[in-house]
Parts: sequence; structure tokens; C-alpha cells
Amino acid sequence: MPKDGGIGASSKRREDVRFLTGKGRYTDDINIHGQAYAYFLRSEVAYGKINGIDTSVAEGMPGVVQIFTAKDFEGAGGIPCGWQVTDRHGQPMQEPKHPILAEGFVRHVGDPIVGVVADTLEQARDAAEAIDVDITEIDPVLDMRAALADGATKVHDELSSNLCYDWNLGNSPEEAEQVMNSAHHVTTLELTNNRLIANPMEPRVAVGDYSIANDDYTLYTTSQNPHVIRLLMGAFVLNIPEHKLRVVAPDVGGGFGSKIYHYAEEAFCTFAAKQCMRPVKWTSSRSEAFVSDAHGRDHVTTIRLALDENGKFLAIHTDTLANMGAYLSTFSSSIPTWLHGTLMAGNYTTPIVSVNVKAVFTNTVPVDAYRGAGRPEATFQLERVVDKAAREMGIDPVEIRRRNFITEFPYATPVAVEYDTGDYHATMDKLLELSDHAGFEVRAAESKANGKLRGFGISHYIEACGIAPSNLVGQLGARAGLYESATVRVNATGSISVMTGSHSHGQGHETSFAQVVAEMIGIDEKQIDIVHGDTANTPMGMGTYGSRSLAVGGSAIVRATEKILNKAKKIAAHLLEASEADIELKDGTFTVAGTDKSVAWGDVTLAAYVPHNYPLEEIEPGLEETAFYDPANFTYPSGGYGCEVEVDPETGKVQILSFTAADDFGNVVNPMIVEGQVQGGLAQGIGQALLENCAYDENGQLLSGSYMDYTMPRADDVPMFKVDHSCMTPCTHNPLGVKGCGEAGAIGSPPAVVNAVIDALQRGGHDVKHIDMPLSPDRVWMAMNS
Amino acid sequence: MHNFDFVKPGTVADAAAALQGDEAQPLGGGQTLIPTMKQRLAAPETLVSLIGIAEMQGVCKTDAGELSIGGATTHATVEAEAASLFPGLAGLAGRIGDPAVRNRGTIGGSLANNDPAACYPAAALATGATIRTDKREIAADDYFQGMFTTALDEGEIIVEVRMPIPEKSNYQKFLQPASRFALTGVFVAKYADGVRVAVTGASEEGVFRWTEAEQALGSNFAADAISGLSVSADGMINDLHGTPEYRAHLVKVLTGRAVMAAA
Ligand SMILES: Cc1cc2nc3c(=O)[nH]c(=O)nc-3n(C[C@H](O)[C@H](O)[C@H](O)COP(=O)(O)OP(=O)(O)OC[C@H]3O[C@@H](n4cnc5c(N)ncnc54)[C@H](O)[C@@H]3O)c2cc1C
Repeated sequence: MPKDGGIGASSKRREDVRFLTGKGRYTDDINIHGQAYAYFLRSEVAYGKINGIDTSVAEGMPGVVQIFTAKDFEGAGGIPCGWQVTDRHGQPMQEPKHPILAEGFVRHVGDPIVGVVADTLEQARDAAEAIDVDITEIDPVLDMRAALADGATKVHDELSSNLCYDWNLGNSPEEAEQVMNSAHHVTTLELTNNRLIANPMEPRVAVGDYSIANDDYTLYTTSQNPHVIRLLMGAFVLNIPEHKLRVVAPDVGGGFGSKIYHYAEEAFCTFAAKQCMRPVKWTSSRSEAFVSDAHGRDHVTTIRLALDENGKFLAIHTDTLANMGAYLSTFSSSIPTWLHGTLMAGNYTTPIVSVNVKAVFTNTVPVDAYRGAGRPEATFQLERVVDKAAREMGIDPVEIRRRNFITEFPYATPVAVEYDTGDYHATMDKLLELSDHAGFEVRAAESKANGKLRGFGISHYIEACGIAPSNLVGQLGARAGLYESATVRVNATGSISVMTGSHSHGQGHETSFAQVVAEMIGIDEKQIDIVHGDTANTPMGMGTYGSRSLAVGGSAIVRATEKILNKAKKIAAHLLEASEADIELKDGTFTVAGTDKSVAWGDVTLAAYVPHNYPLEEIEPGLEETAFYDPANFTYPSGGYGCEVEVDPETGKVQILSFTAADDFGNVVNPMIVEGQVQGGLAQGIGQALLENCAYDENGQLLSGSYMDYTMPRADDVPMFKVDHSCMTPCTHNPLGVKGCGEAGAIGSPPAVVNAVIDALQRGGHDVKHIDMPLSPDRVWMAMNS
Repeated sequence: MHNFDFVKPGTVADAAAALQGDEAQPLGGGQTLIPTMKQRLAAPETLVSLIGIAEMQGVCKTDAGELSIGGATTHATVEAEAASLFPGLAGLAGRIGDPAVRNRGTIGGSLANNDPAACYPAAALATGATIRTDKREIAADDYFQGMFTTALDEGEIIVEVRMPIPEKSNYQKFLQPASRFALTGVFVAKYADGVRVAVTGASEEGVFRWTEAEQALGSNFAADAISGLSVSADGMINDLHGTPEYRAHLVKVLTGRAVMAAA
């Protein structure tokens, strides 16, 4: 019987009532009396020296309130990077200044140069068109290999080169090399992980407001982590103490990572609000989003896998160039390192794993986390090279994986992480069953009869979620803690408001977090509301990314609710004139064990606030508790993904016929929400594999700067998914035993799709070993015909 | 978007008069022009809407056996009203953009714009259509003059498009994955006196006729008839979505498919 509430129930998403009926309140819905509008004049060239900016005509134009250039921000700091990576020589990464408005140079198409504030947006735009920016163009730095060559033009004059850092993890390259030299077989694969643009449905928006009465600021912004923005912007950029700065991230229409970071426009609107003595609003256009939201991925990798004669993995060596873009976005430096290198062992017992990453500055939009962040890049290269090795050695791709699966836990990898639990054979079994792997040959024959090439591709991923133990990430260079917070406020009549430091921008926290609390107390979910997104009424939290909300934020809620229950039991014991040790809680009623003496939840909560009959000498009145939860380890979701495709050999067009995901997320709070998260992730992973391609031309102009050229996945690009999460090895170190499911789909799917296409082509007699994503029809056709 | 005046005349004559003004421009469904204005790439002072002109609306069969389509007829109307008269054209119209685009966008707007990846130019050229404007009649073979370039003068209005109805026809559109315009599209039209094959999406010169295929198909209207032909990649479009070689290859594949679907 499915449960109709609490943990394990597919409770309907309560937030959907407002989202699906147009009643959401997004940042762009916020309009403050007297508000003015900001428009940014952005660089149209990839690299150039600013000789002068003439705003004189624009200043006299109708409606113009004030025009800002870098000069106005001389007292402000640069936009900080939140993670300092230490290179393989023990030196800190090179960290250029990231000004709010371009200082002396523009470094990518879209770099903001001038901010115009006017009564209306059209007036601001008119004025911006009348501004004359005199720029001497410089040949841009675009290709990462060329950027690292001796004598290459530097993106930042003040740095010694375009190398941000040169970083190693795991075994030394020499150790790996030794194994490669004597191994039975070495498989090599060069690949790129294509650059992507997040494209949340809601573009970014910022509304800055300043109150002279209280000398305080409010920023409304499209953020996945309002407290982080308050800390970064207040302490590092604008020098506003936290008690004078409130950051509100109301309903947010999707983030996928791109709304984690502190952006220039947020600082601009907050700063300009005081300068102009008016609220200042900026709403990104879609075109602007393409050149100002942080991009994702963009790795160029060479991976080598050494195997013995039985297909046992002996060593992995991987070299990656990671594009940082022109400036370091908030988490950019950590993505190719601690969120990528640490996953290079995958599901396998490979004893030697050596990872090198060189992060490179180029004249492109900054690159940062995008759904999966580092882990898709790791999974892609590993699951592709494993597949290639299987083909080269004539071993079945399922079998080669099984021969190398880790089966004993905890398992310490050579790349700094320890997996607590998992059962990879179980998810592989589930995948083969649900995808009818056994029947594939029959289906392949049918396709062949119809002139089509059918292929099946597998990937078995692992990822690290729930970021993360603060003391560990501190050692690794994080400039913040990565705990999460919760305050559980029980009202007098027993209803509850939970204030969480997590932020929901589509994930359904308001539903699943309420299920957790309802389960613990034994009351109806409807009695519980989840409050998030406003620094004024939630405890300092780190926000939502890295599939961390339930594992870390949910655990904080559990801890706070435990404190509530401890206190409630004391009150119940008093009311029942029993010993606290004898009090049992079931279905929202406190009972004295072995008796029929009981008191209801609502009576206990009322007593806490109307403490007439109350143990005041022992405990305080009221029922409100806060907890901060810092995880002991990452969580390690894993799973087996299978993709079945048909390729049209005449056109190279790939159609996905079926996609099966057998995940192990540990315990599951709301199976329907989990299924939705996986489906969304799969659609994005398929988007990366077949469709999405952020491309620049040789001048640094974005070729895919609109939906005319940037291909988002549409409904008819994806199949009906088969999603299963019945394999559960609960996380051993958080109270819910949950692992996180938000990114898995995007992490595990791209290699499954590419492996399937390669399988189809090889079955069709084409000697194609690899195609770089996206596997668009022209690329597949070119690969078949070259 | 900059401010502009808006007029919506009821006759072609009034529209033509309104278009005499400086910086006046016709407006069909606005599916191309309005986004361009929002991006401030176009800034007409007056928009002359053509959709209120009754004689520019609708689809019918003329006495001469041609399909007559009013210049301001939407794609959705063509899809519905040409379905039995000229199914090949209805099929083309029904796969332009999405329902919103089809309910607003017009054939006149599409032909006036002459986007190198648009669908209607292929049908107009393959049928040897006549483009009737407020001033003259232009044969399709003279009308298309390269990407976004046509024989139209400034302010000239496409009032009607007349297409000889073929015995058999089919349009094959291979989608550009992002825009879902034609990465390459081929319209094949078979008449009693010959076959015409028009290709959109592929050439840097815009829509063109593949005459070798027309000859081959004229004597044998079967996909096999073109198997020995090849299309040169010279002058084909090279972009993110396809090389010249790929487009040249698609021209042949799609022509074969169109013939098979039509036959
Ligand atoms: C999302 C989307 C998808 C699309 N997909 C496709 C597709 O798959 N295939 C395809 O072919 N097209 C596609 N289009 C384009 C669509 O067909 C447009 O409707 C068409 O190109 C322009 O027609 P319109 O009536 O909207 O013209 P408008 O935008 O109003 O005008 C376009 C130009 O034509 C001029 N004009 C308009 N009417 C006339 C007339 N009667 N006489 C003279 N000049 C005139 C205008 O002055 C302007 O210069 C798509 C458009 C969108 C927005």
C-alpha cells in the first residue's frame, strides 16, 4: 500500500498550485514604488582596451537618473571567488579581479561596461545607445591549448599567464605511467565535454532597495542561496554589514547552478539604489542571459585506461583543460577539481588513479557549475573510456563493468573520497531487467530490416552529493562552510513553520521537507509550512546546489525536530504526571507506555505557550528549536543507465527509443518528486549529448546566442523514461539515510547516449570510435562518412 | 522597441497609400518583424497591418486550376483550406514553427522576408507560382534573388500568391535542431508537363531549383531516377548545424524521400 503522507509517500507538490496557476511570485513580479530601471551596455567584442567612455549625451536624455561606470565603483571590491584551489606545487591559484563594471578592459562579449539607470527601461536603453565607448580591440584568447602556449596573449595583464592553476589529485602521473607501460592493454580517448548554457526558464532579475530611514538595504534576486549572496556581496563587494542587508530570493524559476553565483548586476542594483535614492530593477533579457549567466562544462580531456588481460582496470590517467572563461565565477575553481577529480574512480576498484587539471582563462563568459558540476565531466570520460576498452578487448560492456565493480564498503578511492555504501551489481541488474537488455538483438534485427541502425549504451555512474563536510572542504580551499540550518517553530495550536537555509527553485522542498517533519511527529503534512528564501526570516544557510538539500538541509530539519520532540516529551511527561522515559510518541499522541493515559500533540504545544500547568523550573516556555547540521561525508548516489537509439544512416539523425535509469538514492522521501528530478536531469543530459552546444567563432562571438541556434531539448527529443529507485542502500551517515537525486540524471545519461550511438554505428559496420557531443545529425553523418 | 504608428487599412489601395510614407513598412503576422523590432534591429515609424484586408485572406481554386492564396493568409489557414486541394502545400504549412506562429504568420510575410531557411519559398519556386503585388505580377523564377532578397520594391505588397496545383507533390523538411526551420528542405512538384524541384535551407543564394533532378524525374518519377546524381557542396551554407557537404547530401536524400512520399 502506498502511504498517503509522510516519508515514502508521493504527496502532490503543494507549490505546484501556485506555479501552475500563474500565482507564483518571482523577482520580476516585485515592483517597488518609485522604482527605476537599470540597463547594461555590454561589450560587443571579446577582448579590448577601453580608451574612453563618453556618457555626456546620454546623461541629458529623457528619464535618465544616473549613469555608472567602473569609476563609480572604485570603493567597492571585486566579485569574489568562493574557492581557492592550491596547485600541485602548493601555490594558490591565480585570481584576477572581477570588477562590477569593466575596468580598463572588456574581456568577453557581454562584459558589462556601463550601467544606465532611468525612469523606464526603454529610456535606459535609449540612453545606452547614445553612449560612446572607444575600444581598441585585442585578438581574443579562445582556444585553451593556444592560451597556454608560450607568448600567448594574456586575458589579464597582471597575471603571469592564462593558467589559473595546474592541479593534481590521486596517484602521481609517474605511478600511472609505470602501469601503462607494462599493462596488457591501454585504451586512450580524447574528448571534449561541450560547453553548455543553463537556460533556466526564468532569466535573472535583481531589485535593489535602500532605506534611508534605517540605513539598510534589501536585494531581491533570483538566487539559489540568498545567505551566500548576502555574505559575498555584503562583506567582499559593497562593505555592507549583514544586519543592514537583507537578501530575498522569492519563487525562483529554475537555476541548474547558474543562480548560485554572486553576479555583478546584483551588486550594481544594490549600490545604485542608494546612489539614486530609488529602488533599481534589472531584468535580464534572454539574449543577455546567453552572454551573462555563467556557462557550464567546457573541458578538453585525454584519458587513458590500463587493463590486464582479463579486463581488470589497473590504472587511470587523465589530463583535462578546464575553461574558466574571463573571470572566476563563485564556485568555478572547485568544479574541475574537487567536484570532478574526486569522482575519477567511478564505481571501480582501479588501484591507481591519477588526475591532472589545468584551469585556463579565455575571453569567454565565466564558466561555473551546471547541473552535475564536474561529476558529469568525470562520468563522461570514465564511462566512455570503459566502453571503448570493452570494444577494443572484445569484452561485453556490462561484463567489463561488473568485473571491476567495488563490492566492499566503506571504500576509500585513490582520489580522496570514501564511499560509504552502494550496490552496483544491484542497479546494473535492475537496469538490464527494466530495459529488456536480453531482447535487444531481436529489436536490432527489426531496425536493420527497416534500414536503421540500433544501438544500446550503458553507463554506470557514481556521484558525490550533499556537499559537504565543512572541515574537509575548508582544507580543500572552500572559503565557506557547507553545513545547513533549520529552525522549527511550533505554534501554540500545533501547526509548524520550518525555516530552512535551503532554497527551492523547482525541487519541491515545500512538499518533501513537510513530509519529513510530519513523519517524525505523526501529524498531517498540511500542519507544516516550509519557509525559505529570505535572510530576514531564515537562519544562516548555504542554499541549494550539489543535490544537498534533503541530505544536508533535511538533516538539519531532522535535528531541529528531534530537539522539539525532546522538549515536547518533557512537557507531555509533566502533563501526564509520568516519567519522561515512559513517554511514547505515536501518530501525534504522547502516551505513557503500557497505559491508556495520553495527551495530544496540540495540547502539548498549547501548554508550551500557555504554561499554566508547566515545569517552568526545568524548561523554558515556547517550542522553537534551531539546528545546524554539518555532514560527516559526501553522499554517493549511483546507478545504471541504459539508452537505446536508432540512427538513420542516410541523415545521421539519432532517435532515442528508450532510456532506463536504475538509481540508488538511498531512502526516498517522495518517490514522485524523485522521479521528476531524474526525468528533468535525463532531459538535460540528453540535451548535452545530442543537442546543446555553446559555440564561439574565431572572434569570440557567441554563435549560439539565441534559441535559433542553441538547441534546448524539447518534449519530442526525449522518450518516455523508465525511472526506478527501488535499489536502496541508505546513506550511513545522515539521519534520513538519503543521498540526493537532483543531478543524477544529468550526470549518468550523456555517456549512455554516446555509447549507444557508437554501438549502433559499429553494428552497422562503421568504424567510428568517438564523436564529440552534441551528436547532432551532421556530426554523426560526418563521422560515418569520413 | 521604439515607438511607432500603427494603421490597419481595409483595402489594398489604402494600404498602398499608407506605405507611401517615409519609414512605413507592411506588417503581416509579425512573427519575424516584431522580434526584430524588439531587438531594435528594425525601427519603422509606421506599421501598416495587412491582416484586415479582406481580399488578401483565404484560399481558393481558380478557374485556371491554380491555388490562390491571399497574401495575408496565415499558415494555419493554408494548412486547413489547402488540405484537399493541394495536400503537399498544406503539409508544408502545417509544419512551419509552432501553433502560435502558424496562427499569426502569413504567406506574404514569409515570401517577402525570403529567409534562406524558410519553407514557403520552396513551394513557390517548385510550383512556378505567380506573386501578385499591388503593382504587378512576378513569376517565382524571377522573384527570389538571394538570401532575404526579392524582386519586391520598397513598400510593395504581396496581395496574392497563385500556385499551379501539381498532380503530385511533397515537401521534405529536415529540421535545423534549434530553430526548427529547414536545415534543408525540398519541395517536389509533378505536373503533366514536367517536374520541378526546389531546395531551401541549403544554399547561400537562398532557394534554388535542382534542375538535373527535375530532368531525371521528368522522364521517370521515382526515387531511383536520381540515384546517379550528386549535388555539389559549392555555395552551400556552412554553419553550426551542418557543413556544405552535409547539406548537399541532404538535398539528394530529401529529394528521394519527397518523390517516394508523393508517388
Ligand atoms: C518560432 C518561430 C518558428 C518559425 N518556424 C518557421 C519554419 O519552420 N518555417 C518557415 O518557413 N518559417 C518559420 N517561421 C517564420 C514564420 O513563418 C513567419 O511567419 C514568416 O517568416 C513571416 O511572416 P509574418 O506574416 O509573420 O511576417 P511579418 O513578420 O509581419 O513580416 C515579415 C516581413 O515581410 C514584410 N511583409 C509582411 N507581409 C507582407 C506582404 N503581404 N507583402 C509584402 N511584404 C510583407 C514585412 O514588412 C517584413 O519585412 C518561424 C517563426 C517563428 C517566430
